[in-house]
Amino acid sequence: MSKPGHNNFTVKFANVNGTGSSSANGMFMRSIFRMGIPVVGKNYFPSNIQGLPTWYEIRVSDKGYLAPSGTVHIMIAMNAQTYAEDLASVEPGGYLVYDSSWPRKELMTRDDVTVLGVPLAKMCNEKFDTARSRTLMKNTAYVGVLAALLDMDVSVIEQLLLDTFGAKKHLIEANKTALDMGYDYALENFKCPLSFRAKSSNKTDGHIIIDGNATAALGCIFAGATVGSWYPITPSTSLMDAFSGYCQSLRKDKETGKNNYSIIQAEDELAAIGMALGAGWNGARSFTPTSGPGISLMGEFLGFGYYSEIPTVVFDVQRTGPSTGMPTRTQQCDIMACAYASHGDTKHVCLYPANPEEAFYLSTEAFNLAEQLQTPVFVLSDLDIGMNDWMIKDLEWEDGYVPNRGKVLGKEELDNMENFYRYLDVDGDGIPYRTIPGRHPKGAYFTRGSGHNKLGGYTEDAAEYQDVVDRLLIKWETAKSLVPQPEVSYSKKNKMGIISIGSCNDAIREARDVMKKNGQSLNYLRVKAFPFSDKIEKFISQHEKVFVIEQNRDGQLHNMLITETDADSRKLESLRFYNGIPIFSKDIVKQIEDSINSGKAA
Amino acid sequence: MSYIKKPKIIRDNESRNKLGMTVTDYEGVMSTLCAGCGHDSITGAIIQTVFDLNIEPHRLIKLSGIGCSSKTPAYFASQSHGFNSVHGRMPSVATGAHSANSELFCIGVSGDGDTLSIGMGQFTHAIRRNLNMLYVIENNGVYGLTKGQFSASADVGSTAKKGAANLQIPIDPCQVAISIGATFVARSFSGDKEQLVPLLKAGMMHRGFAMLDVISPCVTFNDHEGSTKSYLSTRETKREALYTDYVEPFTVIEVDYDQGSSIEVDLHEGGKVILRKAEKEFSPLNKSDSIRMIRESADAGEMLTGLLYIDENQPDFTEVENTVRKPLNEVPFDDLCPGSKSLAALQKNYK
Repeated sequence: MSKPGHNNFTVKFANVNGTGSSSANGMFMRSIFRMGIPVVGKNYFPSNIQGLPTWYEIRVSDKGYLAPSGTVHIMIAMNAQTYAEDLASVEPGGYLVYDSSWPRKELMTRDDVTVLGVPLAKMCNEKFDTARSRTLMKNTAYVGVLAALLDMDVSVIEQLLLDTFGAKKHLIEANKTALDMGYDYALENFKCPLSFRAKSSNKTDGHIIIDGNATAALGCIFAGATVGSWYPITPSTSLMDAFSGYCQSLRKDKETGKNNYSIIQAEDELAAIGMALGAGWNGARSFTPTSGPGISLMGEFLGFGYYSEIPTVVFDVQRTGPSTGMPTRTQQCDIMACAYASHGDTKHVCLYPANPEEAFYLSTEAFNLAEQLQTPVFVLSDLDIGMNDWMIKDLEWEDGYVPNRGKVLGKEELDNMENFYRYLDVDGDGIPYRTIPGRHPKGAYFTRGSGHNKLGGYTEDAAEYQDVVDRLLIKWETAKSLVPQPEVSYSKKNKMGIISIGSCNDAIREARDVMKKNGQSLNYLRVKAFPFSDKIEKFISQHEKVFVIEQNRDGQLHNMLITETDADSRKLESLRFYNGIPIFSKDIVKQIEDSINSGKAA
Repeated sequence: MSYIKKPKIIRDNESRNKLGMTVTDYEGVMSTLCAGCGHDSITGAIIQTVFDLNIEPHRLIKLSGIGCSSKTPAYFASQSHGFNSVHGRMPSVATGAHSANSELFCIGVSGDGDTLSIGMGQFTHAIRRNLNMLYVIENNGVYGLTKGQFSASADVGSTAKKGAANLQIPIDPCQVAISIGATFVARSFSGDKEQLVPLLKAGMMHRGFAMLDVISPCVTFNDHEGSTKSYLSTRETKREALYTDYVEPFTVIEVDYDQGSSIEVDLHEGGKVILRKAEKEFSPLNKSDSIRMIRESADAGEMLTGLLYIDENQPDFTEVENTVRKPLNEVPFDDLCPGSKSLAALQKNYK
């Protein structure tokens, strides 16, 4: 979408971090949403507290495309430091708004961009007393400018101010003043509205705006998780912050007012996973949120959890690697690290949500799977899903939901049992029975990461050792039938397909629409879990060519499809996006069309 | 099978505790440690402790890390829940397990390598949280399973089996623990069951983190002349700062304690300790006193033993965190899941 239209444009805000811009940018976005227009926000922020450049990109999309557009129609250039590059990034025919408080001798400009100067600082200095409010209200004032340029429903913004600040009247007043100031200035000085504008619609009914760390945390709440251990790391931190926030209102014991949960800020990720496993072993639903570096640190314990068969849930909100990488940029670079975390023959159940909505449902599902399969289960989100504001359907919950706690022996079963052995495959599905410590005199067993036999005893015996690790493979097969199946969009007519994962989803949806218009329809399969469903292999076999799209340099999903399925690897073409920015649909279209035109694809 | 199952022999007239169980009932599989290993004596003392305290085996969890010491939970209380975790990270597992159910008794067994090197971080943070557990360090100054390297508790000048002397300053777990706020710190010797068992009992009944550093000679790699953690050296240098008696609840105290030189401390989980002073000026209720005494003894070439510090008035982890006392793992799902109405209501904030 290079050309803007009504309810179809992108506004980018170039700010300095620490200046309070995010609440104003959020105000703009939420106002659009409340006007009934689909909208999504992408935050490109530095790993820093104050003073560095930060951008917020808001895409208004009538069709509800939630990937960033990769084009800018209006730039709010509030950061002199990045002015040149911000100006350069505006689409021809677009607009740039800047703070013209201090006249400059020479103004960098472009013939094909309309530059609109608004004396934001000057106006705010005249109206407001304190340094902080002068800084903050500049942001609200540019929202006012946008409201005029885009002909927005001002009553919606005003209502939002009331809802946001509630009893804090002075804040409502100040923001209202700043909003009017920007609005009036734009009306008086510019041709308002622009050729494209925000027109009230009804396409956001039944939706919310939320980030995926919050929805994942809600998943933990609704799944009945009680123990959360963690070590702060971007971009997963807000998951535990959200969990903690929800617990304050939703998880207090009615009689005592005490916490029906335990949140433990660990000394490091090595301890965070140890705590999660300790709690899982002792019968609580437990989880730990982290990001790539944390997964590396947790490695040894993750293998322990796999081998000793302890349920817990690990959220990996992926960020750009390797090493420290770019902590505030997104990537899908831990797909292999999680699937095979730890030394020795280990493999782990992984779930791959595509957006905050799925982060909620797959989060609750992860707790069931962890207990059904008695193993650590990963939920691989990423910074884009976890920290950006998405528009998703209202989350729903079915009352009467019963969590699946898996094969836990109860009192009666143990009463009637002569001896309990922890690792016997009684049912032939590779999943043994377990007991919860402290509940029954016959329930005791010994948990260890060293060689053990099916009775739970220590062993260095070749056959006894192999017996257990072979059973874990049977369990792996069972896992295949329990994990969420891929989402498939298939038409017999199409000879080419796309396989992808997680947050690539929205860019792919848009790219497929564009290519369809161009006369090139592609089928689509989105992997939702590891171990891989047989449907993936089938999908590949149904096509002459399958593009594997993912956000990492080495084509990790592509590699796993080759090693974990019997599909013909020559049919797969790996398309990789790994600069830390969420994928743009136009880049997908370009790469696929280039491949087709070069004759590589059918 | 590569572990040895211990034949269960109930002797005639074997005494039974209040649960009707014998000491044998609290045993585990046969130890595979070297004959004469100090750790086996500690195992024996732990068995005696849980027997005497009438602990229902399934209400006890026993956890460990990696190393010779960490093998021992398999050798006691086979009817209890064991967890042999990864190297140095038993405290985190104990923390998680405790969070799920804080009503269970918890013994962690570790060694000097497991605690003072790889496990130093987790050890200190478990102390910081005042986690309600008994943490036993089976301290022999060497890495046994990898054949005799010095550990971080080896004294300067103590020699290895082949003669080389350790040059690095030792870490004393007792001083570390007291200085960062442990609420129960004791030192003992595997060869002194009379001292060890009351300390173990008191540690179990203490609410909060009870650390017991037990010098436990390694007969294979660190029991030679020149080692400061040999049986001989430990016997010669050990000096009892206090004599500790553990007194069960509702017991009539028959021994006549001298008021001036004994201290009574009530334990949260039941019973009390009575500490008879060997050193007049020493009070185990004062951190500075304790650390000074330990240091002075060390400077004099002695090793101070007994209950070196106790503070029964600090809130434990569960209390500080304001967590419900009843086990979290037994809270009904309906109390945990807020339901559809709550979900709908809270989503109004995201409109």
